[in-house]
Amino acid sequence: MEHHEIVIIGGGPAGLALALELHTLGLKDVVVLERELEAGGVPRHCGHFGFGIDNKNRFLTGPKFAIKLRELAEGLDIRTGTTVLEFTLRGTMRLHSASGISEMSATRIILATGTRESSRAARLIGGNRLSGVMNTGTFQQLVYIKHQKPFSNPVIIGSEWVSFSNLLTCRHAKIKPVCLITENANLDAPSYFGIGARLAFGVPTKRSTKLVSINGHEKVESVEVETNGHRETIACDGVIISGKFRSENALYSSGFIEQINTAPLTTESYRSSKPNIYAVGNVLGHLETAGACMLQGRKLAAMIATEFK
Amino acid sequence: MDKRFDIAVIGGGVVGLAILRRFAMSGLTCVLLEKGADILSGASKGNSALLHTGFDAPAKSLELQCMQAGYQEYFNIRQKLNLPLLETGALVIAWTQEESAALDGIVEKAHANSVSDVKRLTQTEIRIREPQISKSALGAVLVPGEHVIDPWSAPLAYAQQAIAHGAVILRNAEVTRVERANSDWRITSRSGDVLASTVINAAGLFGDKVEALAHESSFTIKPRKGQFVVFDKPAAKLARSIILPVPSEHTKGVVLFRTIFGNLAIGPTAEETEERTNPTTDSTTLEKLKSRAIEIVPALKDIDVTAIYAGLRPATERKDYIIEAHKVKNWISVAGIRSTGLTGSLGIAQHVVKLYAKHFGRLPKKLPEVIWTPVPNLAEQSIRPYMKGGEIICHCEWVTRGEIEAACQGPLPAGDLGGLKRRTRAMMGRCQGFYCGAEVTTLFEKAKHGTP
Repeated sequence: MEHHEIVIIGGGPAGLALALELHTLGLKDVVVLERELEAGGVPRHCGHFGFGIDNKNRFLTGPKFAIKLRELAEGLDIRTGTTVLEFTLRGTMRLHSASGISEMSATRIILATGTRESSRAARLIGGNRLSGVMNTGTFQQLVYIKHQKPFSNPVIIGSEWVSFSNLLTCRHAKIKPVCLITENANLDAPSYFGIGARLAFGVPTKRSTKLVSINGHEKVESVEVETNGHRETIACDGVIISGKFRSENALYSSGFIEQINTAPLTTESYRSSKPNIYAVGNVLGHLETAGACMLQGRKLAAMIATEFK
Repeated sequence: MDKRFDIAVIGGGVVGLAILRRFAMSGLTCVLLEKGADILSGASKGNSALLHTGFDAPAKSLELQCMQAGYQEYFNIRQKLNLPLLETGALVIAWTQEESAALDGIVEKAHANSVSDVKRLTQTEIRIREPQISKSALGAVLVPGEHVIDPWSAPLAYAQQAIAHGAVILRNAEVTRVERANSDWRITSRSGDVLASTVINAAGLFGDKVEALAHESSFTIKPRKGQFVVFDKPAAKLARSIILPVPSEHTKGVVLFRTIFGNLAIGPTAEETEERTNPTTDSTTLEKLKSRAIEIVPALKDIDVTAIYAGLRPATERKDYIIEAHKVKNWISVAGIRSTGLTGSLGIAQHVVKLYAKHFGRLPKKLPEVIWTPVPNLAEQSIRPYMKGGEIICHCEWVTRGEIEAACQGPLPAGDLGGLKRRTRAMMGRCQGFYCGAEVTTLFEKAKHGTP
């Protein structure tokens, strides 16, 4: 069985920065496992500005940031198209790659699997099952990678920072959102966001408003929302279900390590309930920018390097 | 000249497809007309995917007869068609004293229905078998023969085997008119006209409407909606058996069951509805289902919901299946096939072919050589394609590019995105398409239209 000193699961900003820094610090037996065909993580499909290496000079678009990150990481042992299917009872990793199933072990394993938005199903949002209902992740990929326009006048659910990203993606694809809906009395993102949404994008926000159901025949035709007990129907042809990020915990949710609200339970030094398993980046459950995830990766690298001294 | 067939089946649900298969394998020329863009677009789309023994079916009913014949045939053919079986058994659990009192009656009824291995379990036996089940279970009946199957691969296999025996399946072929043309039926559909000597109406939720095209319908479809909540994979290990409630007068009640795809689900509700297509879910009911699941298995409180769905059962004013031959008209109605249709379908097909032979026409003496058309395995407990390599596209369900491409080709390629999901499991996992949705829809559009 293949064995390495350090295996990093996830080739996004946190995982790549960690690998890079470990390499700089002299640790050479480091492997990054990335299930997609290219490393870079979520920024690959955030086609707007706001990204910066190590969180500095945040003028890059997500895809450019991802390219830059990959360039920095060139020469490292990054295995793309490689999925960790599960941890075995012995603590090794069962892997899938183009050639089939294999097993790998490591002295230290770092979870850098990132985060995703909770789905419509997880939020128990009723109505019809229709095309045109999607998370930000799918929407961005359709627009920036597949160059498609899945709808013209969607409703955006959620007012976290990611909704701002959705407004940018909409503008890029010449999509005009009908409105932005949040259950909270105040926006989750700073208040100038609401002003910005209205002024810069002409998109009104509805607060204290809950999405009740999504309706239509084959495609979305309307959503029903409730504001302080009052219900109304809003015509739209799509729904972007954004925010409510949760850790990508498929690998450890069966109790492999302890978790809290889907994130691994970790100490300040990124250590999980198992001494040789660490977690870093957005899998920890605090949604950070790609650059901030890089900084976490570098910090963890320094900690691990001292253990080798 | 319109193409002429011995048999035209209206409706491409599990029942219609099983009937088509049985006729085609009997050597008759057959066509099936399906209203939707793909097979399994109606009642067969959303069910609980259980293989029933008939232990609780009404005694001496046609439903019981078809279920037991169907159950037996499923066992006989499943290996040749590569159809999975998750041998779970079921527990009917009593949560109240009143329900406890009903348990002996359930055992007696099961024995009367020839399901002789059904027996009572004590509280201790329940705990040994199901350590995660709430301690408030008072008693149970064990039904060892109740199992979990793949609700979509099975009918797909029936469809493909029918096609291999010469049957034709027309999709987007809503029937708008039927009329007598000499001794045949002329069937007008949105995908063209066909002539057939005998019509089998297996139109499910639209059974009465199709019936009315030919003559006054003797039944009315009263759709009954069932909503379901599916929990993520770690939940599957929390219940070994299918957990059934003690049934009431009106409904079999809400069931907690594992799926062949490695999840745990709860449902269905039983709601009278006017909806015949695209049933709606509602948050309040979904919340209740989720809470009920947590009451039964408390450890579910820490497990995510991965999917929600609703299905429709084509109930009628009658309790039993309605399978009737209209003697002078070469027409067989198959209606009111509710939640037991997946189990009953193969038995229903046997029954319908017998009715045909009795009333309308002889079956060819020489049977065609049997061709088996195994379907790709989607069940979690058997070998799946990703295990041999390839590129994984859907990371939650580990669906490969090769599987998605294959499902868009062949004699019965996916007709819509839902059909592709049912054939592959892509986008059906915990992220519901967050990661792979863009790629999967693009692959589908490309296969269907040549361009994305």
